[in-house]
Amino acid sequence: MTSATLTPGAALGSQRVSENVRYYEDAVRLFVIASVFWGVVGFLAGVFIALQLAFPALNLGLEWTSFGRLRPVHTSAVIFAFGGNVLFATSLYSVQRTSRQFLFGGEGLAKFVFWNYNIFIVLAALSYVLGYTQGKEYAEPEWILDLYLTVIWVLYAIQFVGTVMTRKESHIYVANWFFMAFILTVAILHIGNNVNVPVSLTGMKSYPFVSGVQSAMVQWWYGHNAVGFFLTAGFLGIMYYFVPKRAERPVYSYRLSIVHFWTLIFLYIWAGPHHLHYTALPDWAQTLGMTFSVMLWMPSWGGMINGIMTLSGAWDKLRTDPVLRFLVTSVAFYGMSTFEGPLMSVKPVNALSHYTDWTIGHVHSGALGWVAFISFGAIYYLVPVLWKRSQLYSLRLVSYHFWTATIGIVLYITAMWVSGIMQGLMWRAYDNLGFLQYSFVETVAAMHPFYVIRALGGVLFLAGALIMVYNLWRTAKGDVRIEKPYASAPHKAAVGAA
Amino acid sequence: MAQKEKDALSGVETTGHEWDGLRELNNPLPKWWLYIFYVCIAWSLVYYVFYPAWPLGKSYTKGLLGYSQREELVQKVAEGKKAQEKYLTAIAATSVEDIQKNKDLLAFAMAGGRSYFNENCAACHGAGGQGAKGFPTLADDVWLWGGTTADIYKTIQHGIRADDGDTRGTVGIGMTAFGKDGILNREQIAQVAEYVLSLNKRSTDAAAAEKGKTVYDENCAACHGDSAQGSVAVGMDVGAPPLVTANWLYGGDKATLVETITNGRAGVMPAWSKRLDDATVKSLAVYVHNLGGGK
Repeated sequence: MTSATLTPGAALGSQRVSENVRYYEDAVRLFVIASVFWGVVGFLAGVFIALQLAFPALNLGLEWTSFGRLRPVHTSAVIFAFGGNVLFATSLYSVQRTSRQFLFGGEGLAKFVFWNYNIFIVLAALSYVLGYTQGKEYAEPEWILDLYLTVIWVLYAIQFVGTVMTRKESHIYVANWFFMAFILTVAILHIGNNVNVPVSLTGMKSYPFVSGVQSAMVQWWYGHNAVGFFLTAGFLGIMYYFVPKRAERPVYSYRLSIVHFWTLIFLYIWAGPHHLHYTALPDWAQTLGMTFSVMLWMPSWGGMINGIMTLSGAWDKLRTDPVLRFLVTSVAFYGMSTFEGPLMSVKPVNALSHYTDWTIGHVHSGALGWVAFISFGAIYYLVPVLWKRSQLYSLRLVSYHFWTATIGIVLYITAMWVSGIMQGLMWRAYDNLGFLQYSFVETVAAMHPFYVIRALGGVLFLAGALIMVYNLWRTAKGDVRIEKPYASAPHKAAVGAA
Repeated sequence: MAQKEKDALSGVETTGHEWDGLRELNNPLPKWWLYIFYVCIAWSLVYYVFYPAWPLGKSYTKGLLGYSQREELVQKVAEGKKAQEKYLTAIAATSVEDIQKNKDLLAFAMAGGRSYFNENCAACHGAGGQGAKGFPTLADDVWLWGGTTADIYKTIQHGIRADDGDTRGTVGIGMTAFGKDGILNREQIAQVAEYVLSLNKRSTDAAAAEKGKTVYDENCAACHGDSAQGSVAVGMDVGAPPLVTANWLYGGDKATLVETITNGRAGVMPAWSKRLDDATVKSLAVYVHNLGGGK
């Protein structure tokens, strides 16, 4: 065993193993383009339905444009279209490099997965607008589309796991553990929650195999773990590759990564019942859902610690690298929403928060702050690499995107906190004679200003994404904006002083 | 290749592995992290001792506190009902007029009426009873079916043109569609509309209004009254509004009047005694009576 000393940054970009290797990147490029496209579509749909809630006339009196049909278009577009394509792009990019191996199954398989996954997205969105839905949140596509997605997902799993299994590195890098947990569990969840009986083989309609509270429990086992494994484990995979890569620092703690990986995936899968507090779900199941959610707090934070502490020794880079700022801020939002989640799963808190806008605010602090921000960071990292450019068109524009989007998120989640807690308190307010203080419509009227603020937050977030589209477009073209560069002096000075 | 290295910045050893330039430091688990994790586990274990927690085939561990969400709900609802029982019993046993005279019962009925009204009535009649097109204002002194507390009580109980033996009016029968049914021609309808406008001194065609009066007397006065004071004033239970006030159920402009005379009108209201108990309906009657226009 020899000992060597690492100097900051020295290990990075050395491309030690990849100098003579050209990894498959055509499909990755396609996934990146689709990510950006669906991101804008999803954010736009979100802004529109936020405005519908504030101004119901925007339902336009048409069934196809009503909130009920457009809402799943928004959620599917941001989670599965935007988030999904980001996960495909980043996982297929990093698994080749961390395994020192080409994609198993070749570029053709990756492209096949790309086209079919995106055709699935379009078909799913069309089916919602036309009124076909299973009525299950985040699992709206009807049975025939579910089968289609299953085939696509299995092919993706074969490609990813096959690449890891044929790797030329002795160990599996931590990002790949998370990606594999994500791929495997999402497959199980998707199949488990879509055990449906079609009414006929020529029609779209189907019914769940189990009914009543069992069906609700299966749905929220799925729904909660879509958050846990799609939006958390998958994106932690992104975090474990792109944060140390961009910060040019080693991952903070190998041991923490092992412990929080296994505790996270073991505990997450049991936490679903907290979506069904104070319902027909038996008391004991509610208890387990709540306690597993509380025990999940630290395993979730393990990822935050590893992400943020990886920056130790490189904090000054946040001043000069807005891409890293996106990555690190996302981890901070991750920490915030994974604290809020266990808190909201505690029954007395849930009694206030359940069914209110607080839940919507919580979801969006995770979705906008964590999922979207880490995706933006990874995309900003990937585009110059994939299009063989020396740098982004403009780091200043990345910074403008960062601040516009951050202000948007803050407006969004604070509006929803206030609105949600107010709503919950109004619902439970009684006068001294035991009568309800407020009618439902009075709570709706009271929420209107916050709906407007929320929509404004969404507009800012969308505006930031459009700045990104422009920046990436110019980057791909090979342009470089003439602008004042970020000074990198403090970094060197700090190292010298130490 | 698995050589342990030291990170120059932190002085911490790496695990010796390297992937695409990425390395991992061998830092221990943060102590605070580990201890909070243990505390969360311990809290959960203690919770299992006190509350229902683990399934045992067809049963489950009940916990030392014997807690049951359903029983807690049943108990809270019972407590709430018990607190109101004295008043509810008294209201059920008292006539609506006498409720108005009893200060305590009136206060209770008003508080309850407001809550029930907002949940059940405000959707059509508006918060505070301000009304909407086709849905009468309840805060003024124009009443289609009578404005005493007893009248209002009966209206809420049995509805209007509703599926109820004692309902106000007759199901499916309202104001005649004078135009559609060919009783009056266009000219006569225009004339009688002009006459109705003249009742509020808004007519711009005195000659037409004069002719319209004849049409009115022959066709409309039977329900709306000779001087258009409305069916209530002439002691009829048909819901024909007065036409001499500035309050209009569907609109008092000429175009709307012509539309009303041509096609007729027949508003409906559900019979609430089928959905709400008697004390609730009485409270609503008292509340509506006190919105501003009770007789």
